Amino acid sequence: MAYDKFTILQSTAVPLPIENVDTDQIIPARFLKATERKGFGDALFRDWRYNNDDTPKESFVLNNSKYSGKILVAGKNFGCGSSREHAVWSIYDYGFRCVISSFFADIFRNNCFNIGVLPAQVSDEFLDKIFQAIEKNHESIIEVDIDQQKVTILATGESETFLINSYKKNNMMNGYDDIDFLASLKSEIVTFAEKQPF
Amino acid sequence: MTQAKSLFEKVWDAHVVKSIEGGPDVLFINRHFIHEVTSPVAFQSMESRGLNVLFADRTFATADHNTPTVNQHLPVADPLSANQLDALEKNSNKYGISHWGLGHHKNGIVHVVGPENGITLPGMTIVCGDSHTSTHGAFGAIAFGIGTSEVEMVLTSQCIMQPRPKKMRITVNGSLKKGVLPKDVILYIISKISASGATGYFVEYAGDVFEQMSMEGRMTICNMSIEMGARGGMIAPDDTTINYLKGKEYTPKGEAFDKLVAYWNTLKTDEGVVFDKEYVYSAEEIEPMITYGTNPGLGIPISKPIPNPEDVLDGQASYLKSLEYMAFNVGESMIGKKIDYVFLGSCTNGRIEDFRQFASIVKGRKKADDITVWLVPGSHQVDAKIREEGIYDLLIEAGFELRQPGCSACLAMNDDKIPAGKYAVSTSNRNFEGRQGPGARTMLASPLVAAAAAVTGKVTDPRTLLN
Repeated sequence: MAYDKFTILQSTAVPLPIENVDTDQIIPARFLKATERKGFGDALFRDWRYNNDDTPKESFVLNNSKYSGKILVAGKNFGCGSSREHAVWSIYDYGFRCVISSFFADIFRNNCFNIGVLPAQVSDEFLDKIFQAIEKNHESIIEVDIDQQKVTILATGESETFLINSYKKNNMMNGYDDIDFLASLKSEIVTFAEKQPF
Repeated sequence: MTQAKSLFEKVWDAHVVKSIEGGPDVLFINRHFIHEVTSPVAFQSMESRGLNVLFADRTFATADHNTPTVNQHLPVADPLSANQLDALEKNSNKYGISHWGLGHHKNGIVHVVGPENGITLPGMTIVCGDSHTSTHGAFGAIAFGIGTSEVEMVLTSQCIMQPRPKKMRITVNGSLKKGVLPKDVILYIISKISASGATGYFVEYAGDVFEQMSMEGRMTICNMSIEMGARGGMIAPDDTTINYLKGKEYTPKGEAFDKLVAYWNTLKTDEGVVFDKEYVYSAEEIEPMITYGTNPGLGIPISKPIPNPEDVLDGQASYLKSLEYMAFNVGESMIGKKIDYVFLGSCTNGRIEDFRQFASIVKGRKKADDITVWLVPGSHQVDAKIREEGIYDLLIEAGFELRQPGCSACLAMNDDKIPAGKYAVSTSNRNFEGRQGPGARTMLASPLVAAAAAVTGKVTDPRTLLN
């Protein structure tokens, strides 16, 4: 499933200063029953976002009209737990293209790249600065430049770089994914398979 | 002299089709398991690209996540669940993939049926769209969970693209004390390392405790590697592994088997390998464990009080949020807390040994009043063993009932949901908020702690009930 190219993103951001947000919180298991990839944005943070009677929980950040944007800023160890790619689908379908945190769980990070959501990992200190900037002014614009590998708080000009391997970077910037690349290696893979002991 | 390699490196290196400069390795996958929840979209996307399944005989399908654990002979009532089960069956049939659907004698939880049929072998690379694929590492395989896009990659190319993780070794030496099970060992390790402490690493478990452990116990250990953030965990194959595999349906036989055994005997970490991180623990320090918070790292010895915020590894805000969700207070004792539900099962503790342990406490006792107990075997083969060994009769006699195989209340995708606000002692792997049902409060523990709760109705130190 190809996605839009990602180059420079300038957007307001939604703050979620909670650590260890697991994928069961991002999308509870009971919303994984679809056989098609559509409509997952409604289930994003379902149990934090809605009461049992489906009324919105006003205290939750996604229900606060002050905050919006294409960037989600979250506490460390974001996306731990289940491998469900639905978590990234729900983030993407809701409208986020980038998650900034000081630490991502491995499988979640991989899933992000495959869907076209950029997981930008910054230091704990810089993450705090972003939270502070949003708290001070909820319209603060955060710039994420994938080519420069840099996150900038535009109001203050403070910035920090993040790591991304050149292969994934190229994919994100061109909207490519691994499936097309692997399909191109077919004959090499078939030869390799013949030498496997099982 | 060749370079010293770890067990992980030996297996990984044997599967690299190609290394991308500045990027991941293209890793060949020997075995791919699929289930009804994370595969339908992969097939759909594959077809929309005009691609095909490359090696159908390397993929195995079983229905488990979304299946009922009662009346499996009847049509599945939930139309969405039925739709997923139907998609798994249709896709499997269309592409010639082995499919063990609901009611099939080999059906069960994917991480139980793979090993018990000999599909999982040492030295393999194994993936599945489920994070607890790490279970198969117990056999000295590199096994880990993947997302749906990667399921599509494996279907179409039998490869995925993975950056090489760092190496961690966790050694536990000595002998486990009475009443301490593999589940306690892994909950202890996670409580020391935290729910994120092994992120970016692949773990090798080494030392006396794992060498002396059964395959079932090793699977419990490797299963929960993901709960400290590790991509996976593995244990070097030895005689215990080989004896377990010998004669299983899919295990190669005769000369082919002997040849593999010779290879498997080389799958050990060489002397002199330097790990990026090492932890060493002593078995004697480990007691029966229980979790009190909402991530698997928030566990304590069952006899100890809930710790002060400054003594936990996680951020204090998360910790206090966790206690608020559980309605527990700092300094409280876990012993004596009233329990509403007990769940024995899952890919962590749904094997025959777990039922034997549970039964050892139940013997001569009755189920407590006012407690609901779900006993869910990991597979039909486990179910058959439970009956064969007389455990079934013992459980029925004590007032329990046995359900049918599946993931069940571990992730509560089916009807096995713990109601909001209720307390459950679960032998599964995650105590996240709402994991076992919206508002459910989960305490993770071993089958012995689960049994002690089931017969007393409260959190009880199982050592007080053992002969």
